[in-house]
Amino acid sequence: MNLLGKLDWNAIPLHQPIIMGATAFMALVVVAVLGFITMKGAWLYLWREWLTSVDHKRIGVMYCVLALVMLLRGFSDAIMMRAQQAVAAGGAQGYLPPEHFDQIFSAHGTIMIFFMAMPFVVGIMNFVVPLQLGVRDVAFPTLNSVSFWLTASGALLINLSLAIGEFSKAGWWGYPPLSELQFSPGVGVDYYLWSLQISGLGTLLAGINFVTTILKLRAPGMSYMRMPVFCWTALATNLLIVAAFPVLTAVLAMLLLDRYLGFHFFTNDAGGNQMLYANLFWVWGHPEVYILVLPAFGIFSEVVPTFSGKPLFGYRSMVAATMAICILSFLVWLHHFFTMGASANVNGFFGVMSMIIALPTGAKIFNWLFTMYGGRVRFSVPVLWSIGFMVTFVIGGMTGVLQAVPPADFQLHNSVFLIAHFHNVIIGGVVFGLMAGYNYWFPKAFGFKLDERWGKAAFWCWFVGFYIAFMPLYLLGLMGMTRRMQHYADPAWQPWLVVAMVGTVIILGGIVCQIIQLVVSIRARDKLRVTADPWNGRTLEWATTSPPPAWNFAIQPRVSGRDALWSSKQRALATKDEAPARVYEPIEIPRNTATGFVTAFFAVVIGFAMIWHIWWMAGFGVLGAFVTLLVFAFRRRREIEVPADQIARFDLAHQAGAAA
Amino acid sequence: MRYGSLAIVLIGAATLGGCTEGVLDPKGPIAFAERQILLNALGIMLAIVIPVILAILAVAFWFRASNGRASYLPDFEYSGRLELLVWSIPAMTVLLVGGVAWVGAHDLDPRKPISSPVKPITVQVVSLDWKWLFIYPEQGIASVNHLTVPVGTPISFELTSSTVMNSFFVPQLAGQIYTMSGMVTRLHLQADHPGMYPGLSAMFSGDGFSDMRFMVDAVPNDKFEQWVSQAREAGPVLDTEAYQGLAKPSQAIEPFTYRAVAPDLFSGVVNTASIAGDPSQRICSTSQRVE
Repeated sequence: MNLLGKLDWNAIPLHQPIIMGATAFMALVVVAVLGFITMKGAWLYLWREWLTSVDHKRIGVMYCVLALVMLLRGFSDAIMMRAQQAVAAGGAQGYLPPEHFDQIFSAHGTIMIFFMAMPFVVGIMNFVVPLQLGVRDVAFPTLNSVSFWLTASGALLINLSLAIGEFSKAGWWGYPPLSELQFSPGVGVDYYLWSLQISGLGTLLAGINFVTTILKLRAPGMSYMRMPVFCWTALATNLLIVAAFPVLTAVLAMLLLDRYLGFHFFTNDAGGNQMLYANLFWVWGHPEVYILVLPAFGIFSEVVPTFSGKPLFGYRSMVAATMAICILSFLVWLHHFFTMGASANVNGFFGVMSMIIALPTGAKIFNWLFTMYGGRVRFSVPVLWSIGFMVTFVIGGMTGVLQAVPPADFQLHNSVFLIAHFHNVIIGGVVFGLMAGYNYWFPKAFGFKLDERWGKAAFWCWFVGFYIAFMPLYLLGLMGMTRRMQHYADPAWQPWLVVAMVGTVIILGGIVCQIIQLVVSIRARDKLRVTADPWNGRTLEWATTSPPPAWNFAIQPRVSGRDALWSSKQRALATKDEAPARVYEPIEIPRNTATGFVTAFFAVVIGFAMIWHIWWMAGFGVLGAFVTLLVFAFRRRREIEVPADQIARFDLAHQAGAAA
Repeated sequence: MRYGSLAIVLIGAATLGGCTEGVLDPKGPIAFAERQILLNALGIMLAIVIPVILAILAVAFWFRASNGRASYLPDFEYSGRLELLVWSIPAMTVLLVGGVAWVGAHDLDPRKPISSPVKPITVQVVSLDWKWLFIYPEQGIASVNHLTVPVGTPISFELTSSTVMNSFFVPQLAGQIYTMSGMVTRLHLQADHPGMYPGLSAMFSGDGFSDMRFMVDAVPNDKFEQWVSQAREAGPVLDTEAYQGLAKPSQAIEPFTYRAVAPDLFSGVVNTASIAGDPSQRICSTSQRVE
């Protein structure tokens, strides 16, 4: 028996210049970052203040950093695919052979959904939700750290597949029987499965954490109907996570059993049924769409009122719409495979349900419209993203409803029309929302604003680039072009694919602008410095300092209405009373712990060992993770107490700073 | 710019209908009806989507902070009438399009035979790694990567897969249907005009996927008979052994025909997968309707 399982030197694709180039580039970036940290002597700082932090704000920031890094990785895949399809017309094969192209589109989908959009959404919720609820942390701070590090472990594994072995060639859904051992004997599908299992566990734990936080930990006086809409959407999203992610874990576990232990859940023979996988996968997959987009809706519901200087129109209606989507999202999964041959009644039912879920979404669009109506709209960067979203998302929603009509879907399914549709809603909805949130809450997280000019340039590049990149795909879909083609015969498609390529390059310009925006803002941070409330905000996160201290609020806020901060600002203006004397009390905050980091280390070991069939190493990983759990469970010191005078000093200094 | 892109879609859609092969240039009753449904649904929705987009831009522009003439209504946060409107506009759209979806799902159910005085021809389709096998059981012949059909005759397809999932798709004749191992799906289509229509697999199936293309050659009846008799005279025989050879993975196969086909080859292909294990566990699914 080989000590290293299936792993040997052949696993490293030395003969593939493109892969080795990408690997070398990634290695170079990692070495440069590590070198920079060493040069600055920041290792101890990084370990103490960030890697072992259980502060929800820092974990949120780390989630967002992970997401932005993975955005670059996923986007590199995107631009490679566009370049391939722009040249591989007629008899041409392009520069990517099928076995490489197949890995790229599989990796692009997997990374963008699980390691870009998900961490970004969870990161922003992590940062914002406790602040908006007026509390000091999430319900389970250490669990929060474990969640993040498990997500990061999944991301690490999927990136390891670039250099060691290969990634899945079965698409981001991994439909069997293609993903079964018989048709995908390599380690690619195993990389896919283990990285999703590990990060999926992290996401599930995060979901449990946030549901608990929102249901059980709110500032005194913050009843459900006083919660900011972002918290409502976060609640709905996390309920969906708790309900849907176990399904994904189960279905991937069944595929793992098929691949590792010769089970027959989805195989062609011995009673396996591939249709079961498609059903279970999309029972998770469609709620996942709303897991991503509901927080984006929440962000717009914060940004639009703030920058219009008026409350959200139809708060109750927004809450109702959010919760309706939360439930309905479990009743539409079959629209992902109308073409599987189900009966007309089944297809008809799921078609109609898919349209009904568009109803609350449509209502939301109108509510944002009426929020701007009668407002004083300041066209700051977050507002540009929001308006860009409203316009773009309406189009994406329309093409989505179009495909909910089964006979239309028979023609459009799996075509690049479908690709255009879901990028239209995921970029136009989720990414635009996350970018709005990033620009909106950045000053809260770091104490200085992001540069407006570069931010606007980034928006326009993304916006224009999106249309140029994806509108041609709608057309190509109608011309009969199907997705995932490494080359194609019809030369009439090529001009449109070249246009799409140009659009992708413009989006690249947007990404470059965002990097410049970040660099410029950091360098000019003293000029961009802000106080607690830079946007004239409405919700509690703007009541504390920017950045907030570890304890979030020096004095527990008390809430007496919706838009808690706005109403207290209005009251202060009206009464012109002296603020009541501030009485400080000692605050207990959780101790930092390496539990999350160490657990994740062992999770990577387990995942890597299972992928390569190194059984002893997997056993070692399981043991290590278990011991970590024991050590954490038997810890003695759980919290540290921040003395009242330290809090008082911080708070007074901050108030003095704000006054000056 | 945003109107520009919308205009591109609309103009593109309009011009495409006339000049390019694809969904918008149907050549048979099924594809024609599907295009009609697509355009109806699109029309209903555009009637609401375009005004909404214009309203968003107009409201955002008019109520910009620098516009002194715009009224400021800081307390405008609820209006029962507007809420009713807000929910009823999408509701009415959904009602209309939902009706289109429900009726369409039944009228254009891929299993539903085309009503026609002409007797339909059965074609059995097997997706292989990575090519298409078309068996004409009534004619006793078969072809690979090339489908010849008579114009004006309904074609009744029985489809399965030898290995992984694929999707049989001829955009100009009918919407697609999955092919799955151990199961039979059904599809009906008809070509009304002679011509060559491209077909392909619309479900990714591995490295040779991009070359899983075929041409549908729609010819007049006499030409079809001629083609059948020509096919009967030349080419190999498709028996179990030849099928196993064909089933081995290969890419970009030039079209060819088989002069004879072993009877029940198709049901053999369907059943191989399900009887390889325990015969009592044969797959019974909603898709399986071998007739």
